Amino acid sequence: MVLDLLPLQVPQGIILHELGITQSIVEIALQAAEKQQAQKIHSVTLEVGSLAGVVAEALQFCYEACSRQTLLEGSRLLIDRIPARASCRDCATEFALADLLACCPECQSFSCDLLCGEELRIKEMEID
Amino acid sequence: MCIDCGCAAEEHHHHHHGPEQAAPGRKTVQIEEDILAKNNRLALANRKLFAVQKIFVLNLVSSPGSGKTTLLERTLADLKTDMDFAVLEGDQQTSNDAERIAATGVPVHQINTGAGCHLDAHMVGHGLEHFNLDNVQMLMIENVGNLVCPASFDLGEDFKVALLSVTEGEDKPLKYPQMFRASDVMLINKIDLLPHLRFDLPKCREYAQRIHPGIKIFEVSCYTSEGLAEWYAWLREQVTLKMQGRIN
Repeated sequence: MVLDLLPLQVPQGIILHELGITQSIVEIALQAAEKQQAQKIHSVTLEVGSLAGVVAEALQFCYEACSRQTLLEGSRLLIDRIPARASCRDCATEFALADLLACCPECQSFSCDLLCGEELRIKEMEID
Repeated sequence: MCIDCGCAAEEHHHHHHGPEQAAPGRKTVQIEEDILAKNNRLALANRKLFAVQKIFVLNLVSSPGSGKTTLLERTLADLKTDMDFAVLEGDQQTSNDAERIAATGVPVHQINTGAGCHLDAHMVGHGLEHFNLDNVQMLMIENVGNLVCPASFDLGEDFKVALLSVTEGEDKPLKYPQMFRASDVMLINKIDLLPHLRFDLPKCREYAQRIHPGIKIFEVSCYTSEGLAEWYAWLREQVTLKMQGRIN
């Protein structure tokens, strides 16, 4: 059982979330590998927005557990973090934001549209 | 921080790790698939079904103990003569909540997620098989009590409704911004307890608006009935709009 292997410092509520997401990653990656008739998978690269609400450490941990006894076993999970950017509805300024509480640096408006930062995507795989 | 190489990864960067990059016979294939794509496809199928059947659907989310089931009991008891409901109950274990809903006489089905921390579109799709959808105008989905994971999983609902009880503190929208951003409606529940607490109601509203400009807010108490009339009026209006095909 994957949960028995949890590192103590990771709260269970968080890792459960990443576990479900990791199962989807493994499913998509194995389907793609079959389509490509891959003999071996070296790495899987994700694009994860900084506001996607997933913890990279937990993804790594779950990936190791979920990829066991599949073609993905031993492959590396690489994570490209995409920093969030938003555009202000009031003055159209574009800016980088660290969290959803940020306001426009020019006019201090909270009325902003997120342009990127919520990505949760498998970008590519390196295979033989 | 980047967990692969330990660099401070504030900037979007690509990893090039060591000599294995150039190994012969190795190739990189583009996948470009959203990790939640499967759930999103199934949610879209649910949404189409709800549109065809003209069923208004809410996905109720909150921390455990915010009062989702009590709000449902009250709402069903007060409105069930006006419209036809069905309820999907999500919990990790037990059918306690389904039994409470069943006591109101409304059709209900319990989904136990086991280790899972949220409902997904697949579970909801199968949950629907337990109802005669021709006799349903409003479907209430009570998600697993959790303010983190259900935010990412579309079920095909018209709106997510986040419940926040006043004992939880006014800063919940700041602590769980993803959920309040994903929810179009927020119910501030148990307001009969306000005299006993130091809950700052205007601050709570301000925080929610900051995370989600335009979020619709109701203040309710299921015991004193305060605010329920406004909540019910909104539900009636939405059911009518859905019947007329004016939502989705």
